[in-house]
Amino acid sequence: MKSTSTYAYYPGCTLKTTAREFDVSTKALCGALGIRLLELKHWGCCGASSAHGTDHLLALALPAREIASASQMGWPLVAVCAMCFSRLKHSEAALHDESMRNKLSGIVGKPLPASYEVLHLLQVIDNMRDRMPVTRPLSGLKAACYYGCVLVRPKDVSRMDDVENPQIMDRVIRAAGAETVDWNFKTECCGAGMALPHTDIMLKLSLRILNQAKQAGADCVVTACPLCFANLDGYQKQMKKTFGSDPEMPVFYFTELIGLAAGISSERLLINKHTTDAMSLLKNKGLAGEPVHA
Amino acid sequence: MPRVGVFVCHCGTNIAGTVDVPAVTEWAKTLPGVVATSDNKYSCSEPGQASIRKVIEENRLNRVVVAACSPRMHEATFRRAMVQAGLNPYFLEIANIREHCSWVHGNDKAMATEKAKDIIRMAVAKVTNNEALFPKTIGITKRALVIGGGITGIQAALDIANAGHEVVLVEREPSIGGHMAQLDKTFPTLDCSACILSPKMVDIGQHPKIKLMNYSQVQKVSGFVGNFEVEILQKAKRVDYSKCTGCGTCWQKCPQKVDSEFDVGTGKRTVIHIPFPQAIPAKPVIDWAQCRYCKFLDWKAAGEQGKKPPECRVCEKVCPVQAIDFNQQDQVVTEKFGAIVVATGYKTFDPAVYEEYGGGRLPDVITSLQLERQMNAAGPTGGEIKRPSDGEHPRTIVLVSCVGSRDAQKGRPYCSKICCMYNAKHAIMLKEHDPGVQVYVFYIDVRTGGKDFEEFYLRAIDEAGAVYLRGRVSKIYQDGKKLVVLGEDSLMGQPVEIAADLVVLAAGMEPNIGAAEIAQTLHISYDTYGFMVEAHPKLRPVETNTDGILVAGACVGPRDIPESVAQGSAAAAKAVGILSQDSLTVDPMIAQVDPAKCIGCLLCVAVCPFKAPYSETTRDKRTIAVINEALCKGCGICVAHCRPKAINLHGFTNQQLLAEVQALW
Repeated sequence: MKSTSTYAYYPGCTLKTTAREFDVSTKALCGALGIRLLELKHWGCCGASSAHGTDHLLALALPAREIASASQMGWPLVAVCAMCFSRLKHSEAALHDESMRNKLSGIVGKPLPASYEVLHLLQVIDNMRDRMPVTRPLSGLKAACYYGCVLVRPKDVSRMDDVENPQIMDRVIRAAGAETVDWNFKTECCGAGMALPHTDIMLKLSLRILNQAKQAGADCVVTACPLCFANLDGYQKQMKKTFGSDPEMPVFYFTELIGLAAGISSERLLINKHTTDAMSLLKNKGLAGEPVHA
Repeated sequence: MPRVGVFVCHCGTNIAGTVDVPAVTEWAKTLPGVVATSDNKYSCSEPGQASIRKVIEENRLNRVVVAACSPRMHEATFRRAMVQAGLNPYFLEIANIREHCSWVHGNDKAMATEKAKDIIRMAVAKVTNNEALFPKTIGITKRALVIGGGITGIQAALDIANAGHEVVLVEREPSIGGHMAQLDKTFPTLDCSACILSPKMVDIGQHPKIKLMNYSQVQKVSGFVGNFEVEILQKAKRVDYSKCTGCGTCWQKCPQKVDSEFDVGTGKRTVIHIPFPQAIPAKPVIDWAQCRYCKFLDWKAAGEQGKKPPECRVCEKVCPVQAIDFNQQDQVVTEKFGAIVVATGYKTFDPAVYEEYGGGRLPDVITSLQLERQMNAAGPTGGEIKRPSDGEHPRTIVLVSCVGSRDAQKGRPYCSKICCMYNAKHAIMLKEHDPGVQVYVFYIDVRTGGKDFEEFYLRAIDEAGAVYLRGRVSKIYQDGKKLVVLGEDSLMGQPVEIAADLVVLAAGMEPNIGAAEIAQTLHISYDTYGFMVEAHPKLRPVETNTDGILVAGACVGPRDIPESVAQGSAAAAKAVGILSQDSLTVDPMIAQVDPAKCIGCLLCVAVCPFKAPYSETTRDKRTIAVINEALCKGCGICVAHCRPKAINLHGFTNQQLLAEVQALW
């Protein structure tokens, strides 16, 4: 059964560049689930890192601009990038204060609603997980759901889940037929932006996450953040070079795994484009390529 | 004719610094009924009171207004002065021109002086309408109830009994002893906990004035100071204590083993059991819900569906005196008391909400109370420290302070007070048990306020070699056989990573299970966390706002053993203070129902927080409300609710209050 629901969609910069598979898999998945995504016209920067490290007002005004145009469209706004989501949520929270709302409205030159809901795609899918059309259950797959530092934090802004042991991604991945492991590193730091100025720190932190996932019995890691994905997926060879241990741990976006379960081919989801080989695992579990219909 | 005197107090500069006292004193002479006024530097001092008495006598005053501080401060003082001058003390009114005027209007002296005049004008109008009131006396039952048999309750019960009054000690568990019985050693002297506690427990068991009701709970409380009536539920022990000798055959033979509450899940006990060898009473109870025979009876009652459980009844077969009585039922007894001491104690915070510390799923992350049981020679490991996961002796041990304390995010912003000291104790004892171990302690502050406490903490560092790291632990996770503890050394400004074999969480104190329910049963207040609220945190630390109900020990807030004992004794002294009187005086400023006006709607019964009004049938078969004089606190809620205006509050009659208000216009 298909449910029809419509959302304004804010992709954010990485989804059009380094994290293209996140954008592609999101659109493919939503198509299969009957979720209509209307990409915001002329969307701009969410302010991540550069803005909120420089100026508080600028950091609130940039996402407020996106909220203003989404609310004009009349749909709730959905983001998938953890950082974009976080920045949008900060602006959403700022709208509750009338004087700040008026100030932001003056800056973006558009009216701003007093209350507005920004959602993460995980929340949308979580709400419909019992009705999800799973045509290819991810049986035999043991996933370690990795939320990253910013998706559920700060608790009062994100208002999504427990900050130390969140469950929402685990629930939807299980609904897609996979097993999820109980582990301790769901919201630990992956090294994030340190990848560029202090690669050694990032390598150490990311390797620890991958090793912990392995120790917990997982055969893949699932993320909801392009930066986490870049660090965890893109640097495994360098981890081997630096620390001598190759984690060989496939990393997925949650949209890719659920996309597979919804019957979308691994190639259409661009899983074959990952830096760390994820296709062998899928082949082993009979999940690669197009679903085989009996 | 009312002859009113007005006495205006300078209160040093507290009042005179803001209010023009001489001008107010002079002005007061113009008020209706006022025949004398005077001012005084400190009216509450002995010379101040003497001058008031002198003016009363010289001017034959019959009403007095003292314009000074809050009546909560000195109303009683000036009432005594009235009595000494031969007047009924209820012909006194206090005009509060300090808290209500000078202290809050320091920046506008002219307006403050005008406001002081208004306040005095109202008091004069009211006192003119006052009536003489006379306190009443009530009899008392000379017995005390102590709820909770931990060290606080034990101390309170012994002190009251030694003063010659009967005591009933109610304990929920099978044995008295409380948390202190679970401890191995006590800080800062390292006395063996059981060695200093057991003699007191034996005294309770043998004292001719103390009746111990174990496995019992207070269910309902009615009445008032001197005359409480309490329903106590005695849970079925299924052992006849009049026959049982405590020989121990039954609990040695019982085949059903379950988790021991006393060992905090680190050991097992039998279903028929005493919780620990020194238990008082030294007679067992059957934990009926877990008993094999109970399950057998349930199976039979359910129509013998499924697999037949064993009928067992081993204890019954082996008991040499036929004391096992499976048919025993719960019993409710009603007893009368003059005073009640609440000493329900604490429980330790459940650290499972700390997901960053493994959420209770890492086997080698234990709580301090569990470590305490392991250290105890009579504990489940015979005094050996063993990792729960594999039974190995840990070499590197991390103690984490402030788990469920000083942590607003976890809803526990308060300090649990005892953890710093027991962490130091554990650091010393772990080294004593095994000189090869290295102990690390993470802390926010080390708080050692107590006699010999700081020296004891330094001993943990100097002699036991414990490494103290200032910072909160951010994460604990399993890495192979080791636990990795991540934290920060905030003095060095560096992250710390320790690979530990055992982590001990210093779980904070919170009110015992059911504390809020007990407080509701007794009609006493409790705070957000469920700790009982004392009448005054400094000056009335063991009393409550309900006369005759006293609180002591960790049910009021985190306490260590010396403090709990001191509070137990303090509550006992207060209880004895009540019980040693032959009758009690009741404040006459209480509500009274005019039976002719009462329509019997009983709204007053519903709204009274003290349960003072009750219904009665008159001779002409009308239902009316009557106020129990001993219970009424004179709050006036019933007066405001009474539609036919049948209730009046002595000392605050409608006439008096209206006169006060009218004086303003």
